[in-house]
Amino acid sequence: MAAQVMNNEGMLLAVLADEDTITGFLLAGVGNVDLRKKRNYLVVDSKTSARQIEQAFKEFAARDDIAVILISQQVAGQIRNVIEAHNRPIPAVLEIPSKDCPYDPNQDSLLTRVKHIAGFN
Amino acid sequence: MSSQNRLVVVPTVTVLTVMKARLIGATKGHALLKKKADALTMRFRQLLKEIIDAKENLGSTMKGSFFAYTEAQYAAGENIKHTIMDNVDTAVVKVRGDLDNVAGVKIPRFESFVLPGETKMDLTGLGRGGQQLQSCRKAYLSAVELLVQLANLQTAFLTLDEALKVTNRRVNALENVVKPKLENTISYIKAELDELEREEFFRLKKVQKNKQKKQMAQMAEDAAAAAAGEKAEAGDLKMPPFNGPQGQQGVQPPTNSSLLNYKEDDLLF
Repeated sequence: MAAQVMNNEGMLLAVLADEDTITGFLLAGVGNVDLRKKRNYLVVDSKTSARQIEQAFKEFAARDDIAVILISQQVAGQIRNVIEAHNRPIPAVLEIPSKDCPYDPNQDSLLTRVKHIAGFN
Repeated sequence: MSSQNRLVVVPTVTVLTVMKARLIGATKGHALLKKKADALTMRFRQLLKEIIDAKENLGSTMKGSFFAYTEAQYAAGENIKHTIMDNVDTAVVKVRGDLDNVAGVKIPRFESFVLPGETKMDLTGLGRGGQQLQSCRKAYLSAVELLVQLANLQTAFLTLDEALKVTNRRVNALENVVKPKLENTISYIKAELDELEREEFFRLKKVQKNKQKKQMAQMAEDAAAAAAGEKAEAGDLKMPPFNGPQGQQGVQPPTNSSLLNYKEDDLLF
């Protein structure tokens, strides 16, 4: 893990979200297409199946040049069990709000855990 | 003293010393681990609060970014997203990793940075809505920064959670299993040694008593032999009598006075 963290070239952020959210991040310069035309983001629309999302998520989680996976809450809801099963610190999985779906803190896997430990609710 | 909850050892003084040393080691280790667990818990509690704050903050920041994007889309036209999608090359926003150390637990720490140099994105929207696009870009960059911060907290949270679990398990194991076991072993050895000492004492007393009895019998016999010897003195050899302390006669002691011939349960030769 230490060697992975010490990667000096810098690590990538991966994004799984709807088109609009992703476009914003791409504009900021998060997107990366490598020599084999592999992208570090997945545009999820109504036609994308949960299976495809799951596959992409697992692929991002297995890549060692990705430090953070941003996943919109809507998408995360579709593969909730996979996200809960992911318990490694790297890559960190962050749930973000999507453009047309406001952020609901109660659905966040990690936040519920944090609040449970902190003794909230 | 339960016989189950102790180590299987031979009750000797050497083992007792070893066990005492181990108990001291376990106590020291327990104290140190407890300190570590406390330090971790302190850091953990701080983190919890920070994570909750950051997560709540995230919603509003992202809302601002989305609004900026809508503005840009309105100014630059619907097709701008295809232009952006096509312009993706290599990432300019990257994450640098570092290691933080909390009471011996290594926590990865991320930091986002933007690679210097011009990218295609700088020129996006040159024809239309460039200003909105650039402000949208800035909004997303700050959002990414916040997200990386949050990822930081989250990673630290997960790592600390794991470390805390392990440390607490060790503390409890030492406190509830190892230390009682060692203490039981020590008290067992001490009891056994006391028992042995009492046995030894009793044995010595018994031997002494036997010896006294034997001495009395010997003295009585000697007295009888001396009386018999005086009578037979005239006809016997003209040897000078042996002036022993009890006036014992002759160089050879009587055969039954030899210890070798003496049948005694307690005597071991």
